[in-house]
Amino acid sequence: MAKSASVQLLGSWASPFSNRVQLALKLKSVEYELVEEAFYVSKSDRLVKANPVYQKIPVLIHDEKPVCESLVIVEYIDEAWTGKGPSILPSDPYERAIARFWAGYIDEKLETASGDEEKFAVVGKVLEGFALLEEAFAKCSKGKAFFGGDEVGYLDIALGCFLGWVKVAEIIGGGKLLDESKFPGLAGWAERFLSHDVAKDILPDALKILEFFGKVQAARAAATTAAE
Amino acid sequence: MSKDELFLLDFGLSPFCIRVRIALAEKGLQYKGQEEDLFGGKSELLQKSNPIYEKVPVLLHNGKPILESTNIVYYIDETFASPPLLPACSYGRSRARFWADFIDKKVFDGGAAIWRSKGDELELAKNEFIDILKKLEGALGDKDYLGGEKFGFLDIVLIGSSSWFPTYERIGGFKIEDECPKIGAWIKRCKGRESVAKTLPEPHKVCELVGMLRKMHGIE
Repeated sequence: MAKSASVQLLGSWASPFSNRVQLALKLKSVEYELVEEAFYVSKSDRLVKANPVYQKIPVLIHDEKPVCESLVIVEYIDEAWTGKGPSILPSDPYERAIARFWAGYIDEKLETASGDEEKFAVVGKVLEGFALLEEAFAKCSKGKAFFGGDEVGYLDIALGCFLGWVKVAEIIGGGKLLDESKFPGLAGWAERFLSHDVAKDILPDALKILEFFGKVQAARAAATTAAE
Repeated sequence: MSKDELFLLDFGLSPFCIRVRIALAEKGLQYKGQEEDLFGGKSELLQKSNPIYEKVPVLLHNGKPILESTNIVYYIDETFASPPLLPACSYGRSRARFWADFIDKKVFDGGAAIWRSKGDELELAKNEFIDILKKLEGALGDKDYLGGEKFGFLDIVLIGSSSWFPTYERIGGFKIEDECPKIGAWIKRCKGRESVAKTLPEPHKVCELVGMLRKMHGIE
């Protein structure tokens, strides 16, 4: 029990950023305790103490030391458990720079897209992103199954965590976003990633996410009513 | 034996470019560079090397482009080992990456909010900026440098912005050494270092640039 208690993840099955960390821990076969935070309702004292700067999940607590920000945590996991399981980041510094660039692009694109209220603008940004990521996939994978090559790696984790959410957007919006006729490389990769051992027990499916959305809205409405 | 060719697409006053120049100096690396005209017209090389953002800095290593200043500093540290810029232990490295990400997200935009505003908005922007510096002061603690006892990666990431601070102070009407004395002391300490002293631009040049930008935005 002491072994798994030394690694705790303050996170949530429903958060793609939390999923990134879970995917990395799974790749490295690290045992950990997932502490489910009801992040959509309130911030626990435990979370505020572990992440005073942002007060957000995920936070990895390793031997009582907190690590924050999902991509920082993924790199930390890769380094702290070097030699255990596959490497998450490429070993070549130039390939690492490319992987970090695209991971940064994904997060930056997301931030600007989520700031948009207008559905049309969001869809436009997502499609623009996919077009560039299709090219990135071709360059990074070099004809292999994943961005990381034969094995799942950093960029697979950084992008793959959003695949359930892409499906949700398609269900709500009623249009195919990850269209295999437009983005054959990415579409093929998505299918392979979702059925990979590392991902299939961690990434929630679209229906579960939709159900979660409903729960969040209800909880927020209840909180607002209680406050009035 | 192939020689390492390093070429930097640069803009003298950019805090992001300053970071890269300091990192290269710390490693004792020779490089060539070209100053980009960000207002008149970006070079073909910049557009080709960084087609998505068309931003500086870009470091070309034997013709291959590396983008985003923090990534470039990581790349330089990983490719040219000595002296190491990041801490050796994985936890120390994760702290450095976390704070570098915080600096990237908050400092430049926080400062821009100051020079872009006036009146009540300016007061708000000033207070938010001081708050950002206070968080960094927390990260510094009682240490000499952000990285610990030695000048390193995180100091490199933040010190470039310090050439813009006098401009923010003048417009916002505050003094960093009063609001965040430890950060004030840290800036002086870093400026004593050769790589920093030789690379940081004179603050009045930043003032002139910001003056021009404010006119362009119709603020003064």
